Amino acid sequence: MKTYTASITVTLRRAILDVQGKAVEHALHSLHMPALGNVRIGKHIELDVQAPDKETAHGLVMDACSKLLSNPVMEDFSVHIMEKASGVPA
Amino acid sequence: MKIGVVTFPGSNCDADARYGATVTGNDAIQLWHKETSLPLGLDVIILPGGFSYGDYLRTGAIARFSPIMNEVLRFANSGGLVLGICNGFQILCESGLLPGGLIRNENLSFVCKDVHLRVENSVTPFSCTVKLGTVLRVPVAHGDGRFTAPQETIDRIEGNGQVLYRYTTATGDATPESNPNGSIHNIAGIINERGNVMGMMPHPERACEPILGSADGVSVFASLDLHVAHSILI
Repeated sequence: MKTYTASITVTLRRAILDVQGKAVEHALHSLHMPALGNVRIGKHIELDVQAPDKETAHGLVMDACSKLLSNPVMEDFSVHIMEKASGVPA
Repeated sequence: MKIGVVTFPGSNCDADARYGATVTGNDAIQLWHKETSLPLGLDVIILPGGFSYGDYLRTGAIARFSPIMNEVLRFANSGGLVLGICNGFQILCESGLLPGGLIRNENLSFVCKDVHLRVENSVTPFSCTVKLGTVLRVPVAHGDGRFTAPQETIDRIEGNGQVLYRYTTATGDATPESNPNGSIHNIAGIINERGNVMGMMPHPERACEPILGSADGVSVFASLDLHVAHSILI
């Protein structure tokens, strides 16, 4: 068994108005940063996974994302898995 | 009629919901979220308002996996009447018993005030004592009440008459100004396709006596009462 670290990003679906992102975008523009736009606010989740290989770890995390960590009705998620011991991408 | 009100860690309207349910002369009992069975003879389950599990992750996301929710799902799927108020509505959406979901209010503020609701369907167990188009005055108190769903879901629930309440003015006009949270189509409450599960963001239990400023919320409990009494007679 190896230990992997999963890095998960959950954001509202593109079709849904992200009001926090809009508010931050307005603040950036009022700070004279007009080049910045399309701000999306999401959640960052990190967790450890015990698994024999990276594919199994990925599968376990995808299952957790679908069941609990995101709501597929209104959110999208992305998963990045790294081997924990070395900190090098597995 | 026997009503069970679930208490989750962080529920704060469970006692009010039990009180509201007794205004029409019913029994209301507390159901602890760790229970793995329901008492016999239950007619209605209420998931009350509050901040279950601190609203961590998403509103209702963790409560949805409380042990009692297996029984609530079984009860609902066998035709039992389930009412979710505020956080209860959020839990019902997370559990898949109701379509769509509830996210941060459009203006990013917690909104706590009386609103007006137009009754959009008066042939449900939750609204059978009020006439179609009646405007009720009931308070809201939430930060995550903006109802959203994919367009095809919105089209389906609108087409099926599953929108039960819409935010309106006192005269029944669904305007942007009368929408306290930016909900799509001013939606304040919906029922499932079968018609036995209802979720609403406003709090009928906080408007169940004139001394509270409005008794319009009684219509929900009185309708359930009439529906259950009629079912028993049949």
